[in-house]
Amino acid sequence: MALFLTEEQVMLKDMAGPFLADQAPVKHLRQLRDANDAAGFSRDLWRRFGEMGLAGVLVPEAQGGGGLGHVEAGIVLEEIGRNLSPSPFLSTAVAAVTAIGGADAELRARWLPGIATGETVAAIAVDEGRRHDPANVALAAERSGNGFRLNGAKRFVVHGHVADLLIVAARTSSDVGEMRGITLFAVEKGAAGLTADPVRMVDSSIAAEMLFEDVEVDAGAVIGTVDDGWSLLTRTLDAGRVGAAAEMLGVGGAAMAMTMDYLRQRKQFGRLIGEFQALQHRAAHLYSELEIARAATLKAAQLMDADDPKAELMAAVAKAKAGKAAMLAVQEGVQMHGGIGMTDEYDIGLYMKRHRLLDELFGDTAFHAERVARLNNY
Amino acid sequence: MADEEIFRAETRAWLEANCPPAMREPVTGLDDVYWGGRNGRFSSPEQQAWFEAMAARGWTVPDWPKDYGGGGLSPSETKILREEMAALGCRSPLHSFGIWMLGPALLKFGTEEQKRRYLPDIAQGRIRWCQGYSEPGAGSDLAGLQTRAEDKGDHWLVNGQKIWTSYADKADWIFCLVRTDPAQKQGGISFLLFDMASPGVSTRPILLISGSSPFCETFFDDVKVPKEQIVGAVNQGWTVAKYLLGHEREMISAMGFGSGDPSLGRDLAERLGAFANPVLRAEVALHDVDMLAFRAMSEKFLDEFKAGLAHPAQPSMMKYAGTELNKRRLELEMAAGGTDALVWGDDNAVSRHWLRSKANSIEGGTSEIQLGIIAKHILNLPGA
Repeated sequence: MALFLTEEQVMLKDMAGPFLADQAPVKHLRQLRDANDAAGFSRDLWRRFGEMGLAGVLVPEAQGGGGLGHVEAGIVLEEIGRNLSPSPFLSTAVAAVTAIGGADAELRARWLPGIATGETVAAIAVDEGRRHDPANVALAAERSGNGFRLNGAKRFVVHGHVADLLIVAARTSSDVGEMRGITLFAVEKGAAGLTADPVRMVDSSIAAEMLFEDVEVDAGAVIGTVDDGWSLLTRTLDAGRVGAAAEMLGVGGAAMAMTMDYLRQRKQFGRLIGEFQALQHRAAHLYSELEIARAATLKAAQLMDADDPKAELMAAVAKAKAGKAAMLAVQEGVQMHGGIGMTDEYDIGLYMKRHRLLDELFGDTAFHAERVARLNNY
Repeated sequence: MADEEIFRAETRAWLEANCPPAMREPVTGLDDVYWGGRNGRFSSPEQQAWFEAMAARGWTVPDWPKDYGGGGLSPSETKILREEMAALGCRSPLHSFGIWMLGPALLKFGTEEQKRRYLPDIAQGRIRWCQGYSEPGAGSDLAGLQTRAEDKGDHWLVNGQKIWTSYADKADWIFCLVRTDPAQKQGGISFLLFDMASPGVSTRPILLISGSSPFCETFFDDVKVPKEQIVGAVNQGWTVAKYLLGHEREMISAMGFGSGDPSLGRDLAERLGAFANPVLRAEVALHDVDMLAFRAMSEKFLDEFKAGLAHPAQPSMMKYAGTELNKRRLELEMAAGGTDALVWGDDNAVSRHWLRSKANSIEGGTSEIQLGIIAKHILNLPGA
């Protein structure tokens, strides 16, 4: 398969881009932020994702979805990043759909159709510590009756305070830090003993700290196999990582485009500042880094869609590289804009904030470079 | 799709049968590559067998038309061949500036007669070419070149000097930029082909900091060149040269990214033992992230290039990023090797590769030139 978008994929991009620029531009994010919106995104917008066939991009056609792949999901996410559109697309349409894809027919039928229509919002409850470290799951799931009883806490659960469905990584055996003994659960909103404390993040999105106190679920809530959830968890997180990488390409790409516009307009010393070689060379370096990150992300998405064993390594590369390249884009963006780049009125700072959250989400560059080293046995 | 899978299976079987095991070992020294030419010598019977098997199929240049000695493969078949060669670790059967640079330029700008005269000799490795571009006074500002070619009616009379001519002392023919109109800059340059055995041509190797001499000074003293040995129209050589430089950049950017070597960290740990210093290990891991990402970029660029989708200035990005990465890799190899890496050793010592790598971001247009091209042609920044 060639490493560029097919005609159908370009058509999807040509549909998703204008849709998001029209329905959820940066102004929409500002409105939600300034109104201190309790959800952090618009449910109406999410339903429109469903009507457009975007929410179900990864959902099989039998369950009302598009039956497409991670390349297509990445195309949508890049446009989401470009417009800073607040939506549960990454957690719901990408990560949760990947997790539920590994569940039995009953769970799939229970959740996937609602996601495809944009009715259902899902959240990923994995992190417990300050930094992403999925093997360190401590939240305990003990057998109780015909099901399990969950006790523990999760943090940085993006959209967790409003999610209809939580994908929860819990420990059913072995010690904290071990890959063995982790089980994934589908936990419904409103379960007794489950509480969410919404926290406003730096980019104005909302992530919840969630407490599980004797939360009872039945055996049907188990996604995949008990004690053996690590590989499905990794696939779920890798879907999220490649998706976050694609969103960061949109964030970084938009930041670069704004900055290039500024270099072509702003005059100092009687010249356009874009004429200065010091800025030209930094801009060209930034372009180069973003292009390479785009190639790595597309490669990772293609490998995931092909179920290739190299997908895990490339997902780590994509997340690390896109995180670094987009970081350069937003940092150079603010610096090259000068004073105006520090103002709340100007959009470039919003891009820097969004990048910071996406860089941390599902592991940052340091986490994934470490993973690249381990996957190569050094 | 099915046809492609059949082609893949057949190609794999053919490579298995025809690529000797010794030709699947990583290239470690100068003897491991074959450059062809009138004086070309094989360093082993396996090298000869491998070259001859590939040349017989036209697979030294798999995507060139069969009429010109190529393999006549489609872009997707060419990609499959490359993938299968990489999977087996097959060496390139023939290194050649004719394949990488002149051939593509002739395919685009040459006359039918020129294609039939020169391309089969390139494909079969019979003629080794060198490139006459830079001059002592024309480096980054290449279009300032002064080597003159005067129209003498039935021939061109060439006088001047080139520098940084790769392997000029070993080459049979040269493709050369010359000034045919002193009143114009870019518009006064022509692209000539001539035999290095012509009277008046002389070369002098230049000793580099790495201890090797891959480059020469080349002198032209009343060299007579037949009139038909010009590619493109008179004074249109700059167009040919720019096209060809794109190919050169593509080639340089791919250096160090052949088959194997998918992880510098794993390679170093296997050779030298586990990393004792976590800071060095982290630097190597970050390098591997960038290297693996750049490999994806190389694949994407090649796919886009063959489909006609690549931005014309994209080779500058590839050249810039690839050469800077290669320099970084060799710095890390030096650090990991410690005092062992400081040994001067033979041509193949890491210290010598490290020193040679410093030229990567200078030759074929410096990194600064590439960044300027990106700023002007891709980012449309003013006054660049």
